[in-house]
Amino acid sequence: MSMSRVVMKVGDDISTDIIYPGRFMATVLPTETPQFAFADNPEFTRKAKAGEIPSGGVIVAGKNFGCGSSREQAASSLKGYDFAVVARDFARIFLQNAINLGLNTVICPGIEAEEGDEIEIAGGMVHDRTSGRSFPVEPLPKARQAIIDAGGLVAYTRRLLLAKHGR
Amino acid sequence: MGMTVVEKILARATGQPSVKVGDVVEPRVDLAMSHENGALVINQFLEVFEGTGLEPEVWDPSRIAIVFDHRVPAESSKTAGNQKKIREFVARQGIVKFHDIRGDRGGICHQILPEYGYVLPGAVVVGTDSHTTSHGALGCFSFGIGATEMASVWTLGSVLNVEVPATIKVVVTGEFPEYVAPKDLVLHLIGRLTAEGANFRVIEFHGDTIRRMSTSGRLVVCNMTVEAGATAGIVPADAETFRYLTEEAGVRAEDVPAAVLPDADAVYAQVVEIDASKLVPQIACPHTVDNVKPIDEVTGIAVNQIVIGSCTNGRLDDIEIAAGILKGRKVAEGTRMLVFPASTRIYLEAMRRGWLATLMEAGAVVMNSGCGPCLGIHQGALADNDVALATTNRNFRGRMGNPKAEVYLCSPAVAAASAVTGRITDPRKGGF
Repeated sequence: MSMSRVVMKVGDDISTDIIYPGRFMATVLPTETPQFAFADNPEFTRKAKAGEIPSGGVIVAGKNFGCGSSREQAASSLKGYDFAVVARDFARIFLQNAINLGLNTVICPGIEAEEGDEIEIAGGMVHDRTSGRSFPVEPLPKARQAIIDAGGLVAYTRRLLLAKHGR
Repeated sequence: MGMTVVEKILARATGQPSVKVGDVVEPRVDLAMSHENGALVINQFLEVFEGTGLEPEVWDPSRIAIVFDHRVPAESSKTAGNQKKIREFVARQGIVKFHDIRGDRGGICHQILPEYGYVLPGAVVVGTDSHTTSHGALGCFSFGIGATEMASVWTLGSVLNVEVPATIKVVVTGEFPEYVAPKDLVLHLIGRLTAEGANFRVIEFHGDTIRRMSTSGRLVVCNMTVEAGATAGIVPADAETFRYLTEEAGVRAEDVPAAVLPDADAVYAQVVEIDASKLVPQIACPHTVDNVKPIDEVTGIAVNQIVIGSCTNGRLDDIEIAAGILKGRKVAEGTRMLVFPASTRIYLEAMRRGWLATLMEAGAVVMNSGCGPCLGIHQGALADNDVALATTNRNFRGRMGNPKAEVYLCSPAVAAASAVTGRITDPRKGGF
């Protein structure tokens, strides 16, 4: 992965209610959900409206990112920005949703980085080029890799469906 | 090596003699549940079939349940459109376990599934809702998944690439003191384990307190295991499970599968022991569910809105406790009290027994069955700086629709006593 900037730094236990508030759950299309990402965070919303949130940025998070509701909009809204989420660890359902949709999730138990830092993820490490520090990445649960390799769960399931029908 | 309950269920669901923690398996699914987010599942399901030349058909319509509960009746034309789309899909696919917006057989998915006997001991149950952990109360392996994952289940009938989770054993012994309930037990447990203490793990419940607990109480406990990050909670099935299924859920005795019990030498990642007789009412304070304190530390905090209901604590015994406390009393001026029974069956029964009249005479507003104010979609929103005290399951910032409000979580007894005073109140102290 090439160099990216940290666009947001958050703490532990960031719930899907924070990532994608419940009142927007009737919106389901991945093309429409990004407008409600972090909708209750005025700073993020202002920057997003002003076009100041670059696509491909990095969110740095603490432990248990994505806890709470299973709403897939939490993952699809971040995928819309093509974010990478680098967290100390993730809640199970969010992590699975992210992998199923192709949102880049990086488990990095020691991550320490500030908003604005330049980050590079390479060779099993997260390198903070601003602070000069590097942090090891933990591999994703092994069961998830097959889905990532297939390009997401829809493609993976389609392949199994076709195989079942001998095609 | 011995197996835990979930290991045994997964071995059976994958046709293997045994499985062990970390194995990657693809269990067949006995029941797949969705609510309004079925609209997103349908999109993803149709996308799977796109370009294949195959007709989109679910693997087994008899194993799919869809329950409208998150936004009932619809709060917007967009939701109404989603619900319409699901109705049409349900008709086309021949899905019969469908619970539309109705007064005779509606309610919250996590109440409807047990109530209608859709979940049985030993089953593998998935739902596009994180509180699908609830159904472990019936001795099945039941866990939440996302919408795309569900589209895959609808297509193939199995969950792909599940890693067999490790299990935490929780042993609960002793009698609950008066006004201490299963909700206090699970809040205490979450406080001890923390919000991620059970991540990627199952919590298996044992002990005499659990054995004596009604299915209603077990649903409370399993429901909230996800707040400690657990994949699932599970109470091994027993005589109470059999009683509930045959007497309350209409399942024929011969259709109740044998209980799946853990081996004596099953291996657990952790064992937690709790003495229920030493528990006091517990309160989860803003803004995380694991910020749990004994009630003494928070009594007196002024409350603007009391909420009794949800898939956690909206059952008949919860309403009975609230009505018992509020009989002949009034909800404090300046405090609103909202009650929403978990299903219309519960609603009707609470009405027949006079409990809803008691609550209304006290000043409570009784709302229709559904998810209601719990997730801040369309009813019971909070004003800036409002404080809510709720028997629901989450208090995350913004959960009830306003990031500038605060939500405390508690048992029905604490909620009812606090409604009388307008402040967080310990029901054990009487008089209020």
